[in-house]
Amino acid sequence: MINRRNLLQTALGTGAAFGAASLLPTWARSASDGNHGLPSLTGNRFDLNIGQFPVRIGGNAGMATGINGTLPGPLLRFREGDDVTLNVTNSLEEDTSIHWHGLLVPFHMDGVPGVSFPGIHPGETFKYQFKVPQNGTYWYHSHSGLQEQLGHYGPIVIDPKEADPVQYDREYVLVLGDWSFTDPHRIFAKLKKNAESLNFNQPTLSEPKGLGGMWGQMRMSPRDLADVTGASYTYVINGHSTEDNFNMVFRPGEKVRLRIVNAGAMTLFNIRLPGLPMTVVQADGLNIQPVETDEFQIGVAETYDVIVEPPEERAYAFVAESIDRSGQAVATLAPRPGMRAAEPEMRPVPMLTMRDMGMDHSMMDGMSDMNHESEDMTDRMNMDGAAGDDMKGHDMKGHDMSGMAMKPDPNGPSVQPAKVIEADIKRGPGVANVAAMPMSRLDDPGIGLDDVPHRTLTYSQLRALDMNEDHRTPGREVVVHLTSNMERYMWSFDGVKFSEVTESIKFYEGERVRLTLINDTMMPHPIHLHGMFFDLVNGGGHHMPRKHTVIVKPADKVSVDISAEHVGDWAFHCHLLYHMHAGMMQVVSVIPDRKASTGNRSMPMDHGSMKHGEDS
Amino acid sequence: MLPRATITALIALLCSASITAAFAQEAPQSPPWDQADSIYGEDAMADARKDVQAEGGAQTGYMIMADRLEVQFTDDEDTLLWDGQGWYGGDINKLWIKTEGDVSLDADEIEEAEVQALWSRAITRYFDLQAGLRQDLEPEGRTHAVLGVQGLAPYWFEVDGAAFLSTDGDLTVRGEAEYDLHLTQRLVLQPRVEVEFSAQDVPERELGSGLTGLDAGVRLRYDIRREFGPYIGVEWQSAFGETRDIIEAAGGEGDEVVFLIGLRTWY
Repeated sequence: MINRRNLLQTALGTGAAFGAASLLPTWARSASDGNHGLPSLTGNRFDLNIGQFPVRIGGNAGMATGINGTLPGPLLRFREGDDVTLNVTNSLEEDTSIHWHGLLVPFHMDGVPGVSFPGIHPGETFKYQFKVPQNGTYWYHSHSGLQEQLGHYGPIVIDPKEADPVQYDREYVLVLGDWSFTDPHRIFAKLKKNAESLNFNQPTLSEPKGLGGMWGQMRMSPRDLADVTGASYTYVINGHSTEDNFNMVFRPGEKVRLRIVNAGAMTLFNIRLPGLPMTVVQADGLNIQPVETDEFQIGVAETYDVIVEPPEERAYAFVAESIDRSGQAVATLAPRPGMRAAEPEMRPVPMLTMRDMGMDHSMMDGMSDMNHESEDMTDRMNMDGAAGDDMKGHDMKGHDMSGMAMKPDPNGPSVQPAKVIEADIKRGPGVANVAAMPMSRLDDPGIGLDDVPHRTLTYSQLRALDMNEDHRTPGREVVVHLTSNMERYMWSFDGVKFSEVTESIKFYEGERVRLTLINDTMMPHPIHLHGMFFDLVNGGGHHMPRKHTVIVKPADKVSVDISAEHVGDWAFHCHLLYHMHAGMMQVVSVIPDRKASTGNRSMPMDHGSMKHGEDS
Repeated sequence: MLPRATITALIALLCSASITAAFAQEAPQSPPWDQADSIYGEDAMADARKDVQAEGGAQTGYMIMADRLEVQFTDDEDTLLWDGQGWYGGDINKLWIKTEGDVSLDADEIEEAEVQALWSRAITRYFDLQAGLRQDLEPEGRTHAVLGVQGLAPYWFEVDGAAFLSTDGDLTVRGEAEYDLHLTQRLVLQPRVEVEFSAQDVPERELGSGLTGLDAGVRLRYDIRREFGPYIGVEWQSAFGETRDIIEAAGGEGDEVVFLIGLRTWY
């Protein structure tokens, strides 16, 4: 991979020894480079330049597309409530954009080409201006083409206006990534040609995928854990592979805050520091009630802030392991710069189960009996502490026009949305499967973490630190199925690719709406809705965790309640880059209240009646 | 047998139908969302909207694949065989090209060669319907209409079956199935079966009606990359019935076991 000329170019003007480090922003440089703190871009005015530049990762040279010449881009440090201006100049030969992931900015500043603005053309400078409405750990990235895969991402930290409820002595921002030396369009093309071609963890003779059982019959693989794997990726932490060893230093007894951002294109990571418990204090930028754990799975685009208190004067490994265990990135948290923590061995590759397919053996008996199924599901959901909204019956389905009232749940949890809107799934070559029995998997820590010998974090454990402001019962429920045909590498919502969408999903300003996501595929999807937070219905009462991105596990059924406050057109998509690129995207239009009340074409129902929970 | 004119007309119809179907597009009426239009202008947003939607699932791609590029060794002669295909298009509609043939390395001449140009349409989750033309180049020029299905059968069998109707009105059918059994992540054992039928006797093509040929083989491949896998294998090639008689009368072998070495590669 390396030739002499590349080496020379990279080293020129920077000194060979620090050639790699000088391409990193100062805050992401290792402690071994003499940088222990977090210098960052601060203030009210930021100039960001999008361009191409060489990088060295794990000893190999590559070309990145990114911000201000560093991978990841600079840490933008805002202060809650500030008015900021960001001048973004496009030095590429193609369009670009920046989306402020998780920030509740006016929709025309949200940065999605074709949805919220026209994009930034080559040579142009686009001025983003907004008031920073919140605090916490967020990130920013391109929403154009596949630029994210090439390094077009960086972290945002917003310091709170008031005192931070989280106490810490030292902090590090850890931006996780999956770097590839292969052009992302080529990766995508390869997946279209042969969706399994990048997977080198396939079932072998000892567990033949084809000859026996349901898996072969359904033409699915229990080892279909990640589309793009360690065979193509070098996993990185702040642009450092394990070999490059990103360094963090601490003094024993200090509380160290790690702000962890998954900026990968396609990789869910399992995060752990062997021998060191973590106290999770923030999820997706919003504080949660502290919960101690030993490992958690982080979806693409999610963020978690954790506090660790390393007691001993030794090097600890910070491990980000890809979900399919085809690779990992390890950083070192140590008392002195330059130390290298021992890299843990990769654990055995997990297998998917029948449950991931939307059925398990205990349920197979009940499959012919719909009543039995319903009871099963309702029981399960109540046990999970989630709202017992069982509405899978086919008679409940209808187009936007024909939302139907649902029956009260005899088990009686609080939330009973009056209207359920579930599009008919467009069946065809793009939809391989519809989960027969989707169910809440809030209690599952994620694929591969069921049987680890230590504590794991689950969504059901998350509780917002602050009480939720909006306690209204959702007036409507919108059901969206996550659909795919892995074999053809087609990904969509409700069987309709983004390229085929003729109408956006409509929310109405001021309404409280429930969004239920049902995963009909065999993969976990981190689903992100721009411009509003998801109040995760996880039994948290008035302390539902509020997230900008939720992982919907295979055969999972997740509900989130949303206060539709910000008028505009908002991108809604799977944050696995190639899934979005293949069509797993939609737009949610939050329609201004005045339009809705004057009988807009897309508002067939009487707006007033939506707020009540009448049953038929 | 069908008259030649009918068949020619049928072929023409198939071609035009496929072209129409492949390129027919519906024009959307009102934009699916438009709230940014009032801020940035309708035209600017319309262009960007078109681009972003096209990038969300309307891409086209291509693939070129040599499924079998191999030398077959028998007692009598060595033969170079090629069996390749390629496609261009989107998720649903594709132009699909297939070619197959063999060269006698001893006589240094092409013994058989054919090319198919097919419109391929995804009709179910795992199967494509394919229709188009096949042109034989060797041993003699002959044109066929083709109708077939290709896809993935339960238990991961790759199957490809097609019926061929020649301009002389002869109907033949060919079916193939192969299976990749991963011994390790890169070592793959691939059983493969190919059967051929003819609906009638075609003496000039050495075909008798009924089952004409069956090849059953197994190839052991090593995927250096998924796109590049050399292999060795053995195949039993057999002719049946009238076809066998014709071949044997001409001094050929009705049954042969061939050893082979080859390469599977795609791009």
